[in-house]
Amino acid sequence: MEVLEIVKGLISEQLDIDEEQLEMKTTFEDIDADSLDVVELVMALEEEFNLEIADEEVEKIKTIGDIVSYIEKQIA
Amino acid sequence: MIAGKKAGIVSTGRALPVVRLTNFDLEHMVETSDEWITTRSGIKERRIISGDETNSGLSEIAARIALEKAGLKPEEIDILIVATVTADQLLPSSACLVQAKLNAHRAAAFDLAAGCTGFLYGLTVGQQFIETGAAKNILLIGVDTLSPIVDWTDRNTCVLFGDGAGAVVLQRVEEGRGILASKMYSDGTKAELLDIPAGGSKRPTTVRTLEERAHYIRMNGPEIFKFAVKIMVESTTNVLELCGKKPADLDFIVPHQANVRIINAACKRLGLSDSQVLVNIQRYGNMSSATIPVVLDEALEEGKIKQGDLLTLVSFGAGLTWGAAVLNW
Repeated sequence: MEVLEIVKGLISEQLDIDEEQLEMKTTFEDIDADSLDVVELVMALEEEFNLEIADEEVEKIKTIGDIVSYIEKQIA
Repeated sequence: MIAGKKAGIVSTGRALPVVRLTNFDLEHMVETSDEWITTRSGIKERRIISGDETNSGLSEIAARIALEKAGLKPEEIDILIVATVTADQLLPSSACLVQAKLNAHRAAAFDLAAGCTGFLYGLTVGQQFIETGAAKNILLIGVDTLSPIVDWTDRNTCVLFGDGAGAVVLQRVEEGRGILASKMYSDGTKAELLDIPAGGSKRPTTVRTLEERAHYIRMNGPEIFKFAVKIMVESTTNVLELCGKKPADLDFIVPHQANVRIINAACKRLGLSDSQVLVNIQRYGNMSSATIPVVLDEALEEGKIKQGDLLTLVSFGAGLTWGAAVLNW
């Protein structure tokens, strides 16, 4: 499965949102994700892709596209 | 009752301050809202000491209730452990002040500081004395009065904490019951995630430490959140494995009440349903070492926990420290 599809699946499960509403340019604000939702999403991503996302990296992530490109870089 | 070799909790008691501070009260104190606090922590109100209420005073009340239920006199206590990080004074220990209030003159009394994991550390420490036969009756109190040391101008921390005390009596119990397994863990490399920088011997109180507001709790919330979820899952699974059980076998998990989002995230990963989780954080917030004995006492009073139930107690806190125990009630 493509990284984008996996990320969409995780977000949709975490925040109970329809996957169809999620696009590369969707921001955390667009989907009403609070700071703890972001922490929980980071944990889910770390578990799914078996990697660690540092705090400084999390601060740079604003959109779903940012998540996807970060992860693709890490697992490449 | 024919006693086996295992230690167990034979009675419980609790004491909460009179004053309730609701989220609506906090809206007038810091830039926050009931909705913000509720969605991010699950907390609706907390208790705050006032007047002559103190750490040792709440401890005494909780202790007297637990002792009465166990049919014990204060002078029958061999060891009195107070798990706390907020003793009345820096010296002597809160345990000695509680000993005097109870007139538990035979007891060896000491404080145990392990952040919010204090109660679970105390349980494991007490368990050793009971199982070796070195002590017959142990009074363990989990108590914290954090309201005087939280920064009431920091909306990220002040909304989370509350004051309270819970007490338990530990004795040998019937074969097959009591503490089946327990583990304590620490990671001092993460000390800075949750601390109070000044007021100790390294940075004693000075005008400068006061100006820097260095006597209040500082916390890295997101890092603690990740750590807490991870260790709750790991340590719960580990202690259950030690007695050949799995999370699905649990009647109840009794988690440290720091944040309902931590509890939910961990319980989801453990595959536990809501009915297996004891939660009272909405009424008390994070009372540090008092959360587990208070939630236990309430669940027993409500008749939720019954004899023979399988429980896991699990906690985490400053240090970092964490711990878990499996009990057959």
